[in-house]
Amino acid sequence: MRTINQFINKIREINQRYAKPKVEMSRAVKFSLAVLRIYLFLLVVLMVYKFITVMNVL
Amino acid sequence: MDFFSVLYYQFKKVWKAVRLYLVIAGPGLVVMIADNDAGGITTYAATGAKYGYHLIWFLLLLIPVAYYVQEMTVRLGAVTKRGHAEAIFESFGAFWGWFSLLDLMIVDWLTLVTEFVGMTAALGIFGVPAWLTVIIVVLLMSIIVLNGRYWTWEKIALGFCLLNLIYIPAAFMVNPSLSDIAGQGLIPNLPGGLTNELFFLLMANIGTTIAPWMLFFQQSSVVDKGLQEKDIKMGKLDTFIGSIITVSIAIFIVIVTGTLLHGTPIDDAATAAKLLMKTNHYVGAFMAIGLFDAGLLGAICISLASSWAFGEIFGWAHSLNTKVKEAPWFYISFFFTLATAGVVPLIPGAPLVLITLFVQVIAVTLLPAALVFLILLLNDKKTMGEYANTRLQNIVSTIIVVSIIILSTLYGVSALFPNLFQ
Repeated sequence: MRTINQFINKIREINQRYAKPKVEMSRAVKFSLAVLRIYLFLLVVLMVYKFITVMNVL
Repeated sequence: MDFFSVLYYQFKKVWKAVRLYLVIAGPGLVVMIADNDAGGITTYAATGAKYGYHLIWFLLLLIPVAYYVQEMTVRLGAVTKRGHAEAIFESFGAFWGWFSLLDLMIVDWLTLVTEFVGMTAALGIFGVPAWLTVIIVVLLMSIIVLNGRYWTWEKIALGFCLLNLIYIPAAFMVNPSLSDIAGQGLIPNLPGGLTNELFFLLMANIGTTIAPWMLFFQQSSVVDKGLQEKDIKMGKLDTFIGSIITVSIAIFIVIVTGTLLHGTPIDDAATAAKLLMKTNHYVGAFMAIGLFDAGLLGAICISLASSWAFGEIFGWAHSLNTKVKEAPWFYISFFFTLATAGVVPLIPGAPLVLITLFVQVIAVTLLPAALVFLILLLNDKKTMGEYANTRLQNIVSTIIVVSIIILSTLYGVSALFPNLFQ
């Protein structure tokens, strides 16, 4: 239990340490990150779709 | 100065440069040659068996692709003194950091399973049972990693890189026709037109040349080795030589299977080795030894890439220059990844085909993100200073990265939906 608590505290500490991105959020950076989010969202949708179709076949 | 003095001065200058290169060489060579892992050997063997020498020109195109992507990690590592995972956390925040770290962990573990599959299949050809192969590999890697010095680890890894050159004598032993190689292989052509099968194989070749773990591994390796900004030039040369060697090895594999197995469907490199043994026992044996070595090199680098990344983020000591007592979590995570991946091929009925499919699909979720972060980080002039990307470097690297993202996405999607492009 103590180890789990330590681990959770460590994750909190990491989240706090890296809470604010250091890179200058220029228009190009914001655009790239937005495109990346959309790209990853679409990939996840495709994977979920594939998973559902495979489960239906089984 | 007389002629001999000038000659002596030039010789001293070149010798000094060579000695400097030998000190700095390592991360680029190891990452590039380890790139020809078990999955890579299968892809190249299948390419030669299916299309003969016809796609050698395409492999040559992959030299600048691999170089331009990987040299950016050398600059980033030498300037920031941070691994790729830490650089992502710090520059883009915890969300993208966790995404990259967890994705890397999954991709690395799945890829590691495929390396063990390749190694057990390779030694299986010589009658070594799979369980014994796994034990041998884990013991061998323990000896390599637990010596407590990055330098020793790197030199042993370079020794295994040398063994990867076994495909060169194998290619000479099959007596290929040089005129056929030049005529068919060096002139760009698409045998039979751009069919789905050819497209899939081209994408597979790109997918094996640029893998997400390579970015994380080389940057962490540069940091662990302690390369400085002044070493960047030699670090880039190291990467360039590595990219030439890795593609050359791929070409020699294509020559071997293209000469002896042209027209034979190949599912994996172990099958290719068995078929080659029927024609030429030694060539088949070389193919099997090379496959084992490729899997081992891949396993060495991939398991380290994960442990370095975890150490960077969790703040554990994470250097090969530390003893087990000084960096217990670094070594625990290394052996945990290794042992759990090694056990999978031993499980009867383990879904190995599904795992191979997952490697391709999940790599597609990590690779674009890691590449985009790489370019953005290399454009952060505040951190990179004079080592930031120039306009020309940005144009070249953006074209390469966008092409890789499109092709690897199509590769991943076609792995998910095999009938989509038919």
